[in-house]
Amino acid sequence: MARPITPFLWLLFSAGGTVAALLYPVHLFLGGLAFPLGWLPAPGYERLHALAGHPVARLYLFVLISLPLFHWAHRFRYTLYDGLQLKHLTGLIAALCYGAALVGSALAAYTLWSVS
Amino acid sequence: MPQTVTLSVARYRPEKESEPSFESYEVPFRRDWVVLDALNYIKDRLDGSLSFRWSCRMGVCGSCGMTVNGQPRLTCASFLSAEPPGPIRVEPLRYFPIVRDLVVDITDFMTKLRKVKPWIVRREEKPLAEGEYRQTPDQLDAYKQFSMCINCLLCYSACPIYGLEPSFIGPAAIALAQRYNQDSRDEGSAERLQILSEHDGMWQCTFVGECTKACPKHVDPAGAIQQYKLTSAAHWFKTLLPWGGR
Amino acid sequence: MSAPARYTPYHPRWYRHRVSVWWWLQSRSYTGFVLRELTSVFVAFFALELLWQVRAVGRGPEAYARFLDRLHTPALLALNGLALLFLLFHSVTWFNLAPTAMVVRLRGKRLPDLVVAGANYAAWVVLSAAVALILLRG
Repeated sequence: MARPITPFLWLLFSAGGTVAALLYPVHLFLGGLAFPLGWLPAPGYERLHALAGHPVARLYLFVLISLPLFHWAHRFRYTLYDGLQLKHLTGLIAALCYGAALVGSALAAYTLWSVS
Repeated sequence: MPQTVTLSVARYRPEKESEPSFESYEVPFRRDWVVLDALNYIKDRLDGSLSFRWSCRMGVCGSCGMTVNGQPRLTCASFLSAEPPGPIRVEPLRYFPIVRDLVVDITDFMTKLRKVKPWIVRREEKPLAEGEYRQTPDQLDAYKQFSMCINCLLCYSACPIYGLEPSFIGPAAIALAQRYNQDSRDEGSAERLQILSEHDGMWQCTFVGECTKACPKHVDPAGAIQQYKLTSAAHWFKTLLPWGGR
Repeated sequence: MSAPARYTPYHPRWYRHRVSVWWWLQSRSYTGFVLRELTSVFVAFFALELLWQVRAVGRGPEAYARFLDRLHTPALLALNGLALLFLLFHSVTWFNLAPTAMVVRLRGKRLPDLVVAGANYAAWVVLSAAVALILLRG
């Protein structure tokens, strides 16, 4: 019997959920509301560019984008399966969800790698 | 305090009808009566054909589980006075096939329970001469909560995943597997892990949490399942390492 | 379930209710659960927004200015506001459920749920403050 992959997917889901729970609210509040609306002074382009160039920051951003995508993939897959009772499409749903997360992660890796 | 209360009871007589229907009965409203008392009143005085299961009437046998006003409850623990005013709806336990009236078939659960080997598994039994197995209070504490299960199946009735996917092994079976996994006398964790790692095992659970809310004995099956997932994931991780055995 | 009941004395026809596709609207708990699961959609949404932002930063100041303009539109502001609500719901439900999955035993005794949940919330505050400090300092 092939080694089951579900425990691994669940670990990714938990890690992603934890990253999202701990870090997404502050990033969304600042980047999506406070800075655009001018409630708090936004960092200028120069500072952001300098930050994004730092290797530690790039690693942080990769984890920040990639893990929650896998969290979404795992959770959404089960939501479709249970909530909409799409049992007959279970293979397709899994492939689409994890596939999308993989594509997103790859894009993130490529984009972060090519920040000049 | 009103003199009587109406019970709207689900009836299903397969010899006469193809679908369940509801019948209303007026029963005395006594402050100390539970729904089971009302059902027994109906059977004794009003309609002897009503079929339902019950036994100990004190919350330890797990026989009298039914759906009371939409919630899975032990009818011996559901006071008439605790329900909101108006007719009290009594239906059989949800998500199980209905045999007759309020009686459901639980063969599915019995099969699943046997699958998880709910007994102490040992490679070799300790010889009698060596005496009894000893456990510290902390070792007992590790599994005691899960041993409180009375197999009443309220958790299955609360679990939407079981309703949508009847092959799901279910909360009580997994909690009982954990009861033995965590028991210091047991050596069967690997076998149970194999069984519960299958598609319809613990991974079907999406931590809705309703099972723990419905449990009358505070077993916390949801907790048992999530802890089992963590153990399973840690075990999986160990098998990746070159020195981690299977 | 429209076939007529077939009754034999030794095995009557059992009745099985069909679970409605609207099962999740039938109780507050079920609806709350599905809303909790739907937070993952907003998690993915923000992950992509972060990716979009990194891409804009990497492409130069004009691209970044265009990104900021897009963020400032009422549509995106509303979407981000809604997303923030769902993300907060995710965080709260996540930390509240953490003690159930993570049983920490100190000297044989299980740590109380409030302590485990509290540690998670504390980490949330500390990390958020750290991020805010880094972003607001420049």
